[in-house]
Order: sequence, then structure tokens, then C-alpha cells
Amino acid sequence: MKRFLAPAITLVALLALNQSLPRFLNPYYFQVLILVGINITLAVSLNLVNGFTGQFSIGHAGFMAAGAYGSAMFTMTFGQKIAAAMIAAHLPPVVAQGAMLLASLLLGGGLAAIFGYLVGLPSLRLRGDYLAIVTLGFGEIIRVIILNVDAVGGARGLPGIPQWANFFWVFLVAAIVIGLAVNLANSTHGRALFAIRDDEIAAEALGVDTTAYKVTAFVLGSFFAGVAGGLFAHYLSYLNPSTFTFLKSIEVIAMVVLGGMGSITGSVLAAIVLTLLPEALRAVKDYRMVLYALMLIILMITRPQGLMGTRELSWALFGGRRRGGSK
Amino acid sequence: MSTFLQQLVNGVTWGSVYALIALGYTMVYGILRLINFAHGDIYMLGAFIGLYASRWFNAAKDPSPVKALLVLLTSMLLSALIGMIIERLAYKPVRKSPRLSALITAIGVSLLLENGGALVFGEDQKFFPQLIPQKTIALMAGVSISNQQLIVLVVSIVLMFGLRMFVLHTRTGKAMQAVSHSHMAASLMGISVDRIITFTFMIGSSLAAAAGVLVALQSPKIEPYMGIMPGLKAFVAAVLGGIGNIPGAVVGGLVMGIAEVMVTGYLSPTYRDAIAFVLLIVILLVRPAGIFGKAVTEKV
Amino acid sequence: MSAPLLHLEKVTMQFGGLKAVCDFELAIRPGELVGLIGPNGAGKTTVFNVITGVYTPTRGRVMLDGAQVSGLKANRIACRGVTRTFQNIRLFPRLTCLDNVAVAAHQHRKAGLASALFGTNAFQRDEALLRAQSLEMLQVLGLGDYADAMATELAYGQQRRLEIARALAGRPKLLLLDEPAAGLNPQESEELMRLITEIRRRFSLTILLIEHDMKVVMGICERIAVLDYGLMIAEGSPSEIRSNPKVIEAYLGEDTAHA
Ligand SMILES: Nc1ncnc2c1ncn2[C@@H]1O[C@H](COP(=O)(O)OP(=O)(O)OP(=O)(O)O)[C@@H](O)[C@H]1O
Ligand SMILES: [Mg+2]
Repeated sequence: MKRFLAPAITLVALLALNQSLPRFLNPYYFQVLILVGINITLAVSLNLVNGFTGQFSIGHAGFMAAGAYGSAMFTMTFGQKIAAAMIAAHLPPVVAQGAMLLASLLLGGGLAAIFGYLVGLPSLRLRGDYLAIVTLGFGEIIRVIILNVDAVGGARGLPGIPQWANFFWVFLVAAIVIGLAVNLANSTHGRALFAIRDDEIAAEALGVDTTAYKVTAFVLGSFFAGVAGGLFAHYLSYLNPSTFTFLKSIEVIAMVVLGGMGSITGSVLAAIVLTLLPEALRAVKDYRMVLYALMLIILMITRPQGLMGTRELSWALFGGRRRGGSK
Repeated sequence: MSTFLQQLVNGVTWGSVYALIALGYTMVYGILRLINFAHGDIYMLGAFIGLYASRWFNAAKDPSPVKALLVLLTSMLLSALIGMIIERLAYKPVRKSPRLSALITAIGVSLLLENGGALVFGEDQKFFPQLIPQKTIALMAGVSISNQQLIVLVVSIVLMFGLRMFVLHTRTGKAMQAVSHSHMAASLMGISVDRIITFTFMIGSSLAAAAGVLVALQSPKIEPYMGIMPGLKAFVAAVLGGIGNIPGAVVGGLVMGIAEVMVTGYLSPTYRDAIAFVLLIVILLVRPAGIFGKAVTEKV
Repeated sequence: MSAPLLHLEKVTMQFGGLKAVCDFELAIRPGELVGLIGPNGAGKTTVFNVITGVYTPTRGRVMLDGAQVSGLKANRIACRGVTRTFQNIRLFPRLTCLDNVAVAAHQHRKAGLASALFGTNAFQRDEALLRAQSLEMLQVLGLGDYADAMATELAYGQQRRLEIARALAGRPKLLLLDEPAAGLNPQESEELMRLITEIRRRFSLTILLIEHDMKVVMGICERIAVLDYGLMIAEGSPSEIRSNPKVIEAYLGEDTAHA
């Protein structure tokens, strides 16, 4: 039963915070907090691909966009109506909307995962930079398609998405992604991924099905990028294709690299830092992006292994514990 | 038929610009295995330096081909210098770091140039002076080329040919080949690897700057973010040709330029930006190492 | 005579214009310990790469237990019971020794990906078992104390043994060792010979061994094949090989003192 303790505590804490936080955080800080949660999901999910498996994906924004638009379209065509019908049948609105949000997130994630599979399967035989550039290309293609399809608003964007996501949902998803990533890292499957990252030829010679694992990591990463997109859509209630440019993918990669490839706590930490940093820099207005760029360069020069290397921050030692080391 | 030929002329001209930018990507990649994401921004800087140079030479009010040439050379020279500084300050310290960290550094430099450019030059569009007034030259019935396009073509060809001669027939060029083969072996042969790397950045940067000035001659609106898309596409062009391969970059650039112009002409201009990437994916699926790239089997 | 476990049928491996291995024939019966020797660049490692599926042979076939394995992906061949060590050590540098070994035990897991993601009880049991088996394999190779050390922290000779432990954790029928004694001092080589004989008995293995150290080869191999420029120039017992003029000629200029 111990296994259910942590999830239960997380759930209760999330519900409590969901009720209390909006009361004493001003709306701006609250929104930044939500962005932190979404970025944690994005960073940890990309870490599964880039950090765990050593693949080189730079198109995460494309999968996020697929999930965002997919889930928003579902909600606006079916979800809202079904939720209304459920409320008419005397279900509490929280439940009805929650159920439909969940459905839309799963669909958005599913759509992104399908794209992940389609991109991943043929292109994972490409090496390093070639794979990178294909994922980049995929992200751009998705964006151009969105720009040109009127049904999803085209360049004007897609307004009027119900604001169903809140603190609870955003951080529930983040917690789930972190939990799954931790379980994966400490399992034989995670070890197979690390082995592929460290030496693909040796991994294969020991019976690791490298193609299957690379595709699986890719699909899993895309799925959660899609879910993060869905949350984004249902929190801001408005989507604009210019959110999902190459720059967004870069932002997420910077989180993974800065955190330390393969380090889950590192990704979380870096997602927090790199979300807050540009916000904190708002004070310097025009110099904001210049400073952000400079800090990125300096951080990479001074800490090329990222904040955490491949280690995890652990409560027990509060020092580094090696990834996958036995207890 | 004549529209097709006209498109082909436009495509080749546009493609030669991509080729110039792609060369810098490919040379740096060949030597450092680094995707120099800031390369597209050097192209932007090249255009802006050209703008300031033409003000300096008073070329806007009193245009002449000699001044145009001076503007081009000034821009290439200063950009080479900037390329050198970037390499020394930002890339050299991460040369031994994990590849992704180096990539993030390059992206940081790119962001720095774009946003620094916005600060220094202003975010709004600037107008590049008409250094050479436009004339249209008829080639055959229904097909023409502007004198500016012709200049773009001729300058690109001269630069590319010059680069080829340089790489194949000079000591430094041969040293560049050696370094791209193996840093270790090159340094054992007494080649100063650091110097060659810096030099490669300088050449690549000056070619990108040339591309920037050439484009500004034709379509005179320039702004600090103008390098992002051409940069990405030129990189795709380099990959198409087989990255690290100099003739490959030229062919890749031409394929890219022609494909884009054709898509704009025959399909829809809105899908123009996607075509580069569709092309890329299709070609890589057929030839995983690019058109001219050799598939290497890793020795075990 | 029993049917061969491994049979290379006229295997040719060509890289561009270079025939690294040419019409190579070799049959190994279950339980045999065969040596593969030859001067530098003779094509020995290429033979291993062809057997393990790193390369697909240009011509010819590799048969394992009477079934063709050439053309299969390397991981499929490993799961059929062929594992190897590498001439240039290829450990997983960012994993601990235990995890290095556990990667090879991976193919014998029972719990699927989903149960790992959700950390089910079945998965926990499976994981504990894999760890126990991996630790045991480390102990067999005398590395029990280094379970939690990073692979790169080991001394050179220990790294070579860790590679053997890792290959054994895949529970192979056929073990391929690529120059296991390279870089070891005489005392360590001596130990290694004992170790190879022991694991061979203990796990009833068939072994194909590439080695330059003639003392090791002559000491433990029952049969030896000699490659030179991709061609097999001799095959036979250690004493036959020792006195074969072709072999001596191939090794002339090389280190013949041991032969
Ligand atoms: N992937 C490859 N591509 C091109 N040539 C290769 C490749 N792998 C091996 N070769 C060449 O094939 C020949 C045989 O190499 P191999 O590694 O099999 O020799 P070896 O007998 O193991 O030598 P050593 O004793 O030095 O390990 C060499 O000339 C080598 O350069
Ligand atoms: Mg060898």
C-alpha cells in the first residue's frame, strides 16, 4: 500500500493548493506558475527523448502544437456540448468539465503521439543531426499547416476555448510525468534507454531492441508534449500559431540541457529557472532577450554538463545520487 | 514553357543565395560538427553592415558599381571579423563540451545577435539603398533576368568558385581539409587547428554577409530577424547536399531555391515555408546522408 | 560428430574496394573453444561483426543452430544466444557496473513497459531478480565490490572483465571474446585464462576467441583458425598451427617469439 501513499498525498496537496493559491497570489504570478507547470511537463517529456535516449529532437513545439490544436478542436466541437449535456443531467460542472478536459487532453496527446510515431519510425534510423533537422522540419510543417487552415483560425489564432484547465490539472499532469519518468529511470527499460544513449552498438549487441526503444521514447515524449499543449490551450483559452515556433522548441531544449541530460530533477529545476528568468527580466524591458541570450551562453560555457549532470537531486543526501545506482 | 523558364531563372538566383549561406554551415559543420545556428544572423548583420557602409560611402545619393563593390567587400570583411570574435568568445570554450551544449550556445549566440540587432538597429524595417538601379534584360520571348539578379548570380558563382580553388589548391585550404578529417591527425602534422577553425568561421561569415548584401540589393527591406528563416533553410540545404560537403551545399541551395520558387509560382505562396522541410524529409528518407553524403559504417 | 552450433558458410565482407574477409568457412561445435588469430588488419574483428549482425555479409551466410542469422538485426542475434566483448572496450560510461551488466540481462525480463511505468508489484519482483542475477555475474568475474562504481572508474583490466560479465549476463550459448588479454600484464593474462576456462565449464559455453597473446591462445584453445588478409590460411590444433610454415610466414616481421 506504500506505493499509493505518495500519489495520494500529491493529489490532496494539489487540491488544497488549487483552492487556496488563487486567493493570495496575484493573477500575474499565478499565470507564471501555471506556465512553470506546463514547462515542467514539456522539459521532462523531452528529456525522455534527448536526455534518456540520447536522440536529438528539436521539434518539441510541433508536438505541443498538435496537442494544443487537437484538444482545443475536440473541446470546441464536442467537448463543450457533452459537458453541457452532463451538467443538464445534474452532474456538477467541475466533474463534467474535468471529464471533458481529460478526454481532450488524451486526444490531443494521442494525436501528438501519432505524429511522433509517424516522424519517429522512419527518421530514427537517421543519425544525430539529421534526425534533429527532420524534427525541426516537422515542427515547421505543422506550424505552416496551422497557419493555412482556416478551420483552426489560421494566422489569426483560435479564440474561445473554454478555460477548463487550472492549477490542479496542470500540476497533476506535471506530477504524473515526473512519476512516470522516475519509474522508467529506475527500471530495466530505462537502463535500456541509457545504454542506447551511451553506446548504441554495444546496447544492440546485448539484445536491446534499439529501434523499438527509440520509437517508444519518441512517442511517449510526443504524447506528453501534446498533453502540455492541451493544458496550454485550455488555460489561456486562445491559441496563436506564433507560440509554436522553433523558438519554443529551443526554449524546451535549453531546459533539458541546462538541467543536465537525463536528470529529471535537473529538468524540473531548469524549467522553473528558465520560465522565471525571462519574467524577472521584464523589468529591464528592451534588454530582456539580450540578457537571456547572454545568460544562456554563459551557463553553457561554465556548466556544459548542465546544472545536475546526469545526477538527481536527492532528499536523503541532498548531494547527488547517481542515476540508476542501487540503493 | 516560358513561365517555367522564368521561374527557373528566379529559382536559380534565389538558390544561389541559399547556396552562399549553406556553404558557411557546411564548412563549420565539417570542421567542428557544430550546427552554427547563428549563421543566419550573420547574413542579417551582413545586410546591416552593408546599409551603414553605403551611407558611409554616400552610395545612396550617388550610386556607382565601384561603391557597390566597396559596400560588399566592407560587409564581408567586418562580418568575417565578427565571425572570428564569436568563435573565440563563445564557441571555443564549448568545443570539448557535449554536442548539445555547444548547440545551445550557438542558439544563444543567435538570440543575442537578433535581439542585440533589434536594440542597435531598431526593430522596424530599414530600407537598403538602391546601389544599382534596376534594369531588365530579356533573355528570350517571355523570359528575362534583372541586372540585379545577374549580379547575384555572377558574384555567387565567383565566390563559390573562389572558395573551391582556395580549398583545393592553397596550403590553408588543404589544412582545412585535414582538420575536417581529424583534429588529432592535423595537429600531428603541425597544423594549428585553432587557427584553421577561426579561419573557417571567417570565410563562412563573409560568404553569409555577401549573401545578405546581395539579397538586400534586390529586396531592400531589412530587419534584425530577417536571418532566421533563410538561415534555417540554408541549413536544410546543406543537409540536403550532405552536410560537410562543399559541392553538396551548392547543389542543395539550388534545389531549395528552385523548389521554393516553383511552389510559390505553381501551388500557393503560403506553403512556401513548408516546402523546404517536406523536401528535406523526402530526400533524407531516400538518401539518409544527403544527396552527396556518403553513408559511413562505423568501425567497431 | 555433433552438428555445428555456429557455421560460417563462405562469408565475404567487402568495404568499398577492400575485401576484409573473403570466402571464410568455419564450423564450431557446441562446447568447443576455438581461437581466431592473424596479423593486424587480417579481418578477425570483422568476422565477429558479421557473426553478431553489426555488418551483414556481402556474400555467404552465418548459420546458428542450423538457422540463418545473417541479415537479422544485431539485437535479434544477441537474443538467439550470441554475445560478445569488444576489442576497444565499449562499456556504458554513465552507468554503474551493476547497471552495465543489468542491461544485458534486460532480454530476460518478464514485466512490460507499462508495469514499469506504473511500478507494479510484478515489475518490482522482476527488477529485484534482474539485479540479483547481475550482481551474481559481477561476483563471478570478481567485481562484486564494484557494483555501484561507475564503469569508467574501474582499472583497465577490470573493465575488460566487466565486459565479459556483461556478455555473460545475456546468457549466451556462444560467447565471442575480442582480444580479452590485450593490455593485460602476464599475471593478469594468466588469471584471465583460468577465468575463461572456468566460465566455460560453469555455463557450458561455446567460445570463439580472438587473441594476439600466443600464450593465451595456445594455452586454452582446442582448435585455431588463422586469417591473413581476409583469407583463412590455416586451421588446426595448436601444435599444428605452431609448425605451419604459412602461419610463420604471415607472422614474420610480427612478434613471432611467442609462437
Ligand atoms: N567499417 C569499416 N569500413 C571500412 N573498412 C573497414 C571497416 N571495418 C574494418 N575495416 C577494414 O577491414 C580490415 C580488417 O579489419 P579488422 O578490424 O577486422 O582487423 P583485425 O584482424 O581485427 O585487426 P586487429 O588485430 O588490428 O584488431 C582492415 O583493413 C580495416 O581497416
Ligand atoms: Mg580486431
